[in-house]
Amino acid sequence: MAKIEFPLVTRHLGAIDPESVEAYTAVGGYASLKRALMEMTPEAVLEAVEKSGLRGRGGGGFPTGRKWRFCREAPGEMKYIICNGSEGDPGAFLDRAVMEGDPHAIVEGMAIGAYAIGARQGFIYVGHEYPLAATRLRRAIAQAKNQGFLGEKILGRPFSFNIQVRRGAGAYVCGEETSLIAFIQGNIGEPRTRPPYPPQKGLWDQPTVINNVETWANIPVIIDKGGDWFAAIGTKTSKGTKVFSLAGRVKNPGLVEVPMGTPLRQIIFDLGGGLKKDREFKALITSGPGGGVLPKQFLDVPVDFESFQEAGGNLGSGSMVVMDEACCMVDVARYFLNFSFEESCGKCTPCREGTKHLREILTEITKGNGKEEHFTLMEELCATMAGASLCGLGQSAVNPLLSTLKYFREEYEAHIREKKCPALVCRPLLKYTVDPDTCTGCLVCLRECQVGAITGDVEEPQEIDQDLCVKCGMCYAVCKFDAVKVES
Amino acid sequence: MMTSQEKLEAILSRYEGAPADLISVLHDIQEEFNYLPQEELKIVAGRLGVPLTQVYSVATFYKGFSLEPRGIHHVQVCQGTTCHLHGATRLQEGVARRLGIEPDHTTPDGQFSLEKVKCVGKCGVAPVLAVDQDYFGEVGVDTLAKIIKTYRKPK
Repeated sequence: MAKIEFPLVTRHLGAIDPESVEAYTAVGGYASLKRALMEMTPEAVLEAVEKSGLRGRGGGGFPTGRKWRFCREAPGEMKYIICNGSEGDPGAFLDRAVMEGDPHAIVEGMAIGAYAIGARQGFIYVGHEYPLAATRLRRAIAQAKNQGFLGEKILGRPFSFNIQVRRGAGAYVCGEETSLIAFIQGNIGEPRTRPPYPPQKGLWDQPTVINNVETWANIPVIIDKGGDWFAAIGTKTSKGTKVFSLAGRVKNPGLVEVPMGTPLRQIIFDLGGGLKKDREFKALITSGPGGGVLPKQFLDVPVDFESFQEAGGNLGSGSMVVMDEACCMVDVARYFLNFSFEESCGKCTPCREGTKHLREILTEITKGNGKEEHFTLMEELCATMAGASLCGLGQSAVNPLLSTLKYFREEYEAHIREKKCPALVCRPLLKYTVDPDTCTGCLVCLRECQVGAITGDVEEPQEIDQDLCVKCGMCYAVCKFDAVKVES
Repeated sequence: MMTSQEKLEAILSRYEGAPADLISVLHDIQEEFNYLPQEELKIVAGRLGVPLTQVYSVATFYKGFSLEPRGIHHVQVCQGTTCHLHGATRLQEGVARRLGIEPDHTTPDGQFSLEKVKCVGKCGVAPVLAVDQDYFGEVGVDTLAKIIKTYRKPK
């Protein structure tokens, strides 16, 4: 596993029993809530969070304190807070780790936030794929209620607050805040135009703060150690730490937590142990379908909101997927556009139609049917989608395509002009053959071939009929002797 | 043995009966019945005061809900980025071939259903396959048969 370098958000992961409130209080849990309620006014809590410089960890990087203040000062009978545990980006698993491994930290952070904002009801949205996280959060809430950390007159103070867990039903778009609100209200997760922003008009049209898991988990630390202490970690504009889920072709995948400003190289090579099989680093996928791809010239970029954005990446959900030379950038762009197409809610035309057409064009390119004019067409579609889509899903769905077009244009050219996939990934452009000298005739590939394209006798070299072959690569995957060769 | 109506009543009794309870109720029905049966949805619509069209809209918008009965064992093949880079497409095709069904379908004997899922967050051991709540990492096409066999009921 990767090493955690600076554990704040991840400090309890694996160290305490996540199903026991006693285990949490034994390591100082709920002390921050006690301090906030006993020794601080809501205003003082708000000031501490503002002073900390904490910015939302869900993608936008909006200053948390400012968001809270908007909500606190907005007129409204009821105020709500929401923890966004959607974590829909493929490749991100840090929120899941915190929800499963330290659920009380989220509950405590939300209770502190509710006190500062003046909210009486909170919701935790847990992604559909994370049933265990939902179970553990529900248990944590019940325990906290028993201990008097949630419910009526918390710790004897005139402050009441409750939390409900809402399990997602499988829609990526619900990670977007207005869709998430629609979900909690029992509707389909379609976004709406902003403004008004949720801190003005959110859940049931009342002022609502939505922060993600990592943001909430930072709150107890800030109250415990103070806003100044927190603000001393990180860079000028990005404070504190950031957790990343490091995955892909890296030796030690897992969670890493580093101070903001740590160079990428350190994360991938020191903490992640470098690439599997010591292959060459090709690019880093940041933040999933809405993020960009960073090639190796950005390895020395410090990870913070501004530097990442400038480089064309996105700190966003904190997923980092490392790619080596065996990964095809056109295929990656097609993969993400396909994802966004499937997850587009269909409400606005630029996103619904844009993702559809980009996916089609990219699929044609990976089939060897790409044309020169596709470059312009894709760029035009991207510009329309980025500018005219209703929510972040459509606006940012173009990022994987734009960044790969920018940094790996030659790969697109190889697919379009030479009908070749240099990374040997795009199936229609591949050719599988059996090396007669290495083949032992074990017939494993013959049995696996679903179209009967492989022929040959036992202990004799096999042969692949190129007209029948569908290039699924099953023979290549199952051959224990590396006798199946692939070329483009 | 509870009748399906009793089961539904038990579910509805856990909620206030507000329109906002719809998704939570559908979750519970799906867990209890393994899918969302039409008759139950009609009752839910009436009791929560939500038009049936709205119930249908929600039930079909979210991928976690199924209007068709799912198999006794639900097989999920992760399609996350890391799994994709580690041959998830091939894995999914291998499973489909062994089960004889395409994703979002159930085998005729009702034993297995297959779903492609976005990301189960176990990227460290890609490619990942889940059967019900059991997760299998670094699954190769060659080890698939063995995994499926352990869940298949003997004839």
